[in-house]
Order: sequence, then C-alpha cells, then structure tokens
Amino acid sequence: MATITIPTALRQYAAGNSSVSLDVETVGALLRGLVEQHPTLGRHLFSEQGKLRNFVNVYVGDEDIRYLEGEATPVSSGDTVSIIPAIAGGI
Amino acid sequence: MSDVNLSNEEIARYSRHLIMPEVGMSGQRKLKQGSVLLIGTGGLGSPLALYLAAAGVGHIGLVDFDVVDSSNLQRQIVHGTSTVGVPKTESAKRRLADLNPLVEVTTYESQISSENALDLMRPYDVIIDGTDNFPTRYLTNDAAVMLGKPNIYGSIFRFEGQATVFYPKEGGPCYRCLYPEPPPPGLVPSCAEGGVLGVLPGVIGTIQATEAIKLLTGIGEPLIGRLMLYDALAMRFRELKLRRNPKCPVCGEHPTVTELIDYDQFCGIFPEVNMLSNQYEITPSELAELLQTAGRPYLLDVRNPYEVAIASISGTDKVIPVDQLPERLSELDTSLEMVVYCRSGARSGRAVELLKSAGFRKVKNLVGGILRWADDVDTSVAKY
Repeated sequence: MATITIPTALRQYAAGNSSVSLDVETVGALLRGLVEQHPTLGRHLFSEQGKLRNFVNVYVGDEDIRYLEGEATPVSSGDTVSIIPAIAGGI
Repeated sequence: MSDVNLSNEEIARYSRHLIMPEVGMSGQRKLKQGSVLLIGTGGLGSPLALYLAAAGVGHIGLVDFDVVDSSNLQRQIVHGTSTVGVPKTESAKRRLADLNPLVEVTTYESQISSENALDLMRPYDVIIDGTDNFPTRYLTNDAAVMLGKPNIYGSIFRFEGQATVFYPKEGGPCYRCLYPEPPPPGLVPSCAEGGVLGVLPGVIGTIQATEAIKLLTGIGEPLIGRLMLYDALAMRFRELKLRRNPKCPVCGEHPTVTELIDYDQFCGIFPEVNMLSNQYEITPSELAELLQTAGRPYLLDVRNPYEVAIASISGTDKVIPVDQLPERLSELDTSLEMVVYCRSGARSGRAVELLKSAGFRKVKNLVGGILRWADDVDTSVAKY
C-alpha cells in the first residue's frame, strides 16, 4: 500500500481526509484512485484534458515526479506520495 | 566591509551575537552593512521586520499599500491597536523605531508593480516575499531573478506553510521552476477566504528572517534548492528537493521572459467589470428593499458552515458552499429570481458565473457581500 497525503487546501474536497492509502503500482494510478474516491478533487488536480495541472506538484518521498518518471513513476509499499499545491497566503 | 565599525552602544545591544563565534564582530558588521527589502508588512512581514531590526540589519525597506485593520492583529504582531487605520508601513516603522532606533527603515506606501519593482529592489541585498497573492509572487520572483538577487520565499495557508530561498545566481531554482504556472483565480482559496492560524506566519516569517541573516552574514547552509514544509496541526517539518528547471522561462538556459510582464493577466485576473455586468449584480441597499416585497428573491449563501455560524443575512433560504455548488445544482430552481452572497462578493461572483453557465438566468451577485451588508443595511451583523 502506498500512501498519498492531501494538503490542507484540498482536504475540503476529500471529505476532510489528510491521506489515502491504495494498493497500486504507479503515481498515476494512485492519483486516479484518489480522484475515484473523491471526484470533486478531480478538477483541482487534472485539467479538462486529463493532464496533471502545472501548479500541482507531486513528490515521491522528497523527489519531484517531474524529475522521475512522471505519472509512470513506480510506487512501492510504504512510499509516501505528497501533493504540494501552490499557495500564496502571507498576510 | 571591515570599514564599518560598531559603536559601544551597538556592541552592548548586540552582545549576544558578538559572543558567538559564528556571528562575532565580523558577522554583526555584515548585518549592519546589509539591506533587506520586505515586500508585504502583514503576517509574514511582521516577524520578519521585528527580528531583522532587532538583529541589527542596517537598512530595512518596507513595501505595503494597505492600512492596519483590527482583523490583522490576530497575527500581524508588528502592528497594534493604537495603529489601526494607519498605513502598515508607517505603523511598522514606528514599532521598529522603538525596538531598534539604530537601523534605518525606508517605507514605500505603494503597491509593487511591473513599473516600479526593479527600482524598488535594486538598492537592496536581499528580497523577501511576504505577499499574499500570485501576481505579486511571480512579479517578485521575476524581478529578483533579473537583478540576480536572492528572494526568500514564504507562504501560508490555514495550518500549513512553505519556505525556501530562490537564488538562481547561486545555482538554485526560482519560483517558476517550482510552479511554472499560477492556478486559475478561484481554484485556490486566499487567506481571507480560507483563514490562517495566527501563529503560523510567526513560524514561517521567522524561518525567512533566519535565512536572511544567514545570507547576509554568510554562515550556515542556506535553504536553497530545498522547500521546507511545515504542518502546524501535525507539528511536523518536512523537506523536499527543488531543482532548477533548465527550460525555466525566467532563469533557464534560454529565458523567454526577459522583462517584467502584466502579472494580473498572467494569473488570469481581469478587472471585475469584465466578469459581471450590472444585470447580474445587486447592492445591499437594493436587496434590502426587495426583501420587503412580496416577490422577494431567493437568497443563497455560498459560504462555509463555520462562516454561517459567525453571521448571516436574515431571510437566507439556503446555504451551499461554493465548492459544492457544481454537484448540488439540482437543489435549486432555475426559474427563481435569486441573489447569491458570500463574505466579500468574490466567491458569490464565481457562483453567479457558474449558475449562469448552468442555465440560471435570473441570478445576481450581492456586491461587497455580507461585509457591505453590515456597513450599508444592518450594522448589527458582525464583520469577520
């Protein structure tokens, strides 16, 4: 089971859950499994063309999947995948 | 560097720095010679300004166009009850003058823009991004990259914060390497909509201040190429690797953005008049009159339940948080005359756009939201 953590800004679209664990083999399958469970998250993570949005970064451990194999990056049991969205607050 | 000396008064004041070998006389002299520009004198800017002034950074520039509001004081600790209504730059300058009269503080009571950003930043060694919106963050990033200056970034939302140092001149990435594009307006809630735990900017702003002091004195390992994440609820710090993107449009090998652009347009923000025509707007006074009539409109609140618990407009027919609206359209009657409201009119504006696109024709946005309702119609309603 790999675990994906959901950032505060997106938890309201995931029934308040801070993480979801799924038995999958790639980051892409993990993301799509997450959206299956919480459909409202879909438009926040994927564009209408089904591409991962540019302002949503996904990390396996401490590494950006853009510098791994993207959505095809393999995940194994115990891996933590994090969604890091752009946030702008400061005041 | 070494021709700047410390007076006996300064030696007494900074003695706890001077007796540490890592700072010492040479580090303290570097701080005195150093200069920092703080963009934003709010939640992040407050601890930044206080600690940098206390540490003896010789010259601090403060950029902000806002005035102090009582709702700022839950977290903006450089301001106080006595300066509510005073420009934030002036309020902060007064506090810093009391904290450390030996540092020079320059205030710029204006909004940083593509026209003034390079001139504002040029005299300073270190730029610190303590703003609250995407256009200013991209503007600050691009200008700092173009000037070859470090940009100490911090950002907060509710219980979570991020911090890093963008410094392409020293081989690190920039903000655009991390986020090539901003989210479209409305997809990511702002602090005013989402709220923020008051101590959170204290933690993140203090990390930024630490990095500024390290850069100025040249000690330690700077937070370059690493994104520090902080979760206050879990009380957990994490670190992610950031890499420089060789294709980055600003700091990459073949930059395509070589001068400052229109950042509102880049972030998809257009003047509000274009988003809604008057046919789809109603003022609080107009609504108050209509609510007295027999054909009163259906009143829809698109705020979150915890906001409804603070205050509501009496006569509200239904509450559907704006993010649930797409799935709950079937609960509404398309033929009804409807007025939609939220706190300030921003979310309800988006809700009206959504309703229009779903076939609702007689929907109007309450301009200024419940805040303006409290000002114009019912002063007993609490503002938050």
